[in-house]
Amino acid sequence: MSEFIQWISQPWPWYVAGPVIGLMVPLHLIFLNRTFGMSSSFRHMCAAVVPNNLDFLKYDWKSESWNLVMVAGVLIGAFIASAFLASDAPIVLSESAILRLKGFGITNFSGQHPAELFSWSSLSNWQSLLFVIGGGFLVGFGTRYAGGCTSGHAIMGMSHFQLPSLVAVLGFFTGGLITSWILLPLILA
Amino acid sequence: MRNFLALLIGIFLGIIFMKAEVLSWFRIQEMFAFQSFHMYGIIGSAIAVGALSVWIIRKAEAKSIEGNRIELNDKAPNYKSAYIGGTIFGLGWAMTGACPGPMYALVGSGTTVFLISIVMGILGVLAYASLRSKLPH
Repeated sequence: MSEFIQWISQPWPWYVAGPVIGLMVPLHLIFLNRTFGMSSSFRHMCAAVVPNNLDFLKYDWKSESWNLVMVAGVLIGAFIASAFLASDAPIVLSESAILRLKGFGITNFSGQHPAELFSWSSLSNWQSLLFVIGGGFLVGFGTRYAGGCTSGHAIMGMSHFQLPSLVAVLGFFTGGLITSWILLPLILA
Repeated sequence: MRNFLALLIGIFLGIIFMKAEVLSWFRIQEMFAFQSFHMYGIIGSAIAVGALSVWIIRKAEAKSIEGNRIELNDKAPNYKSAYIGGTIFGLGWAMTGACPGPMYALVGSGTTVFLISIVMGILGVLAYASLRSKLPH
């Protein structure tokens, strides 16, 4: 058992992680009879919490409450992984990636996110504020405008060959490349 | 019953997000700089398994565990909103290093500053809902 725990505590290579993520598609269809998608949860929470009179938020979010229960599950699962299945080794990035990020002033490569940009104490930097606040806003706005995120479009939509999903994924990369190649060098200069 | 199963699948997904490192800002930057195959391998093989599953489910006319026909509707053919909205999401994805699912996982794993990003994501939905009639779809 302890050997098994040790084995799954290592970071999973892509050829294990990818197929397991792909299993979300049949798990959703067979066990929930719903499609896989995480970003709808933002909409449900918005409809549930924010008093408004907007057509887009007038729907029966309670009938989709399973999606919010799943969010709670993701929180618990990530907690379990970090508390019991964590490896102490730092993330194994390619050398070129480390070199590039060091060029942006990143020095702390422990954990999954650089603490220099994503911690409560880092919020005194405008760069950190921009990423945490601005980035979060863009993710919420963009996913609803596009009708899905990486899970709903890239994985679920592409799995049944939806052309709008392919177009959305092209958009994801357009935006990601603009941030990565233009905005990041400007912001972190 | 659906809620209970959703909770179990969610727990599984939270563990996967962590061990696959798809919620890592480092990994997202590495992907957009084309400096590693990791993320491309994950997304590609996930789609392959997903597509194979959909094919089998359709071929076998599989039913859900409640015995109902499995509903899999086509996405609305709104190409403009898919591309423009997708681009806006992509901008934010590379800033936060997290798409919506991983944001929750980051909070669960202790990077609680992402609670702010989640609240901002909800406000982003509110902004979209307010502007929706004026935006091209």
